[in-house]
Amino acid sequence: MSTTTATPSAAVEPIFNTKPRGLWSTALRRLFHRRSAIIGMIILGSLILIAIFAPVLATHDPTKSLIGIEDVQKRAAPCIHLLGCPADQPQHFFGLDGNVRDLYSRILYGSRLSLMVGIISVGFAIVIGATLGAISGYMGGYTDNLVMGFMDILLAFPSLILAIAIVTVLGPGLINTLLAIGIVSIPVYARIMRSSVLSIKQQDYVMADRSIGVPSGRILFGNILPNALTPLVVQGTLGIAVAILDAAALSFLGLGAQPPTPEWGSMIGQERNQVFTAPHLIIFPGIALILTVLGFNLLGDGLRDALDVRQRS
Amino acid sequence: MGSYILRRILTAIPTLFFISFVIFALLALSPGDPTGNLPPSLPMEIKQRVREALGMDQPMPVRYVRWLQQFMVNEPLNAIEKATGIQIGNSEDRLRITSWTARGKPVIDLVMERLPQTLWVVGLAYLLSIVIAVPVGVFAAYKQNSTFDSISSVIAVIGFSLPTFFTGVLVIQIFAVWLGWFPSLYNTTLDVTNWDTFVQQVKQMIMPVMVLAFFQIATVSRFARSSSIENLRQDYVRTARSKGLGERMVVMRHVVRNSMIPVVTLIALGIPGIFGGAIVTEQIFAVNGIGQLLIISIQSNDLPVVQTVLMIFAVLVVVFNLIADIAYGILDPRIRYS
Repeated sequence: MSTTTATPSAAVEPIFNTKPRGLWSTALRRLFHRRSAIIGMIILGSLILIAIFAPVLATHDPTKSLIGIEDVQKRAAPCIHLLGCPADQPQHFFGLDGNVRDLYSRILYGSRLSLMVGIISVGFAIVIGATLGAISGYMGGYTDNLVMGFMDILLAFPSLILAIAIVTVLGPGLINTLLAIGIVSIPVYARIMRSSVLSIKQQDYVMADRSIGVPSGRILFGNILPNALTPLVVQGTLGIAVAILDAAALSFLGLGAQPPTPEWGSMIGQERNQVFTAPHLIIFPGIALILTVLGFNLLGDGLRDALDVRQRS
Repeated sequence: MGSYILRRILTAIPTLFFISFVIFALLALSPGDPTGNLPPSLPMEIKQRVREALGMDQPMPVRYVRWLQQFMVNEPLNAIEKATGIQIGNSEDRLRITSWTARGKPVIDLVMERLPQTLWVVGLAYLLSIVIAVPVGVFAAYKQNSTFDSISSVIAVIGFSLPTFFTGVLVIQIFAVWLGWFPSLYNTTLDVTNWDTFVQQVKQMIMPVMVLAFFQIATVSRFARSSSIENLRQDYVRTARSKGLGERMVVMRHVVRNSMIPVVTLIALGIPGIFGGAIVTEQIFAVNGIGQLLIISIQSNDLPVVQTVLMIFAVLVVVFNLIADIAYGILDPRIRYS
């Protein structure tokens, strides 16, 4: 605005001398400037690697008892040769569990389950919840009242209690836990999506599309949905943490993954009375679970700060 | 204000009916059977008679209406009778929801036996978490980016990453086994009659309350912090400062009051959630509360108990929603008229 040249384009040019960046690349750069987000990403990165390479890293079969194969006691303490454990004893990094299985291998394989439970159940909830929320926000009126009324009722239940009710009906098991936690999380995403859609619907570019006669479906999926993604991504990351915790709690109560599946929650649940005699059976799965959940929470927190449009302006 | 409250109550009623139907239908679909726990050698006709006696041969809608009548009419009537001692109608013939496993004991009696323990532990944990979390959150917001803020943020993030079933087991190991400060098991037969038993009761409640409260503190303090930060930036805070109000006054009167509106919702809506957490904590500390009852009933397929306990949770949810709405109306007059 400082120059008053005849051609407006020449005056505008110097203002835009920096290359415009998209929301996501800006967010990514901001994400790498936050210590907590970096820690979260490191934790999750290593976790994904562990999950992928579990068969390579594991020293034993996670579900096979070592009775009669090795000369070992059940619930034996960790034995690492490098740390002074006698070389004639078989090596078990995290010790053995109550069924004489190698705890280290079980924990490695457990990362696969926890990641799977978290990502699939939240993915399921986001797909269904976001679709319902988008339709409800875009259509408004009767549909909106019906869908959101139902969502409010679902939301009214504490997630763990509703998940327990669903598992009661479906029967205990890992797949049913997945489904239960997925169903329980739907309303959160539906609500977020609906409120985003409601505000985006009023934007000029949507009005413009509508006025030139673009069909509703294309406005919704081409214009509104991509712009409503940010809060979903943040909530989804934090939601994975909650889903993993809930699934572990269900397994702890004996309603989730069934033995001999190497699930962290059920590992703690089965051995919780042995905390006095064999604390390693509680502590190692517990730490694995905490690190995983912490990773998603830290990343989610970082993402929220990085993507928060209000804070940027 | 009156019409606002009335409107809220009127919308809560259909919600409650809908929830009750969902709970009933959901569990009616599950494969539970009242004769499942009877010896398999029992003749089929007898099992059939048991089912008929419990009304299981009736179609689902009939069963739903009868269950609803028992839950919403018969049991409250019984409760009134018990409290006042006045007999209403022929209470001997009144149908009650009975457990399938606990020798046909009425479910409400089972729940009533266990409710006090849950309420004590949950209530104390909740109170404690609010008393700690709100000042921490507000102070962290006021001193944004200070050492206190970062430390409390780190603790909060760790706080809601810790599974209660892990911290619970760990806390038992540390405080009950190593230090020997508290009993490792909850003595459920303890009657508080004098000072000694009171101390004992407090001692055994500390661990479950601590574990439950920690998780809650993490959530509420984060929320109070972000809500206060938003309000600290507002124009009216600057106005308050510029007209010469003391800092204490500015924070207490202008920031805290306005920041509490969303926090109150979170607190009210979180009460049912903490019951969910109590299910796990009760298992760990062997507290015989309703959470434990729920798990036992699920394991033994005692559907009437599961239905009733879930329904009680649902009623709690709706009631606390209502309280949150009303508190909202009191705190923020704008809401009443929208």
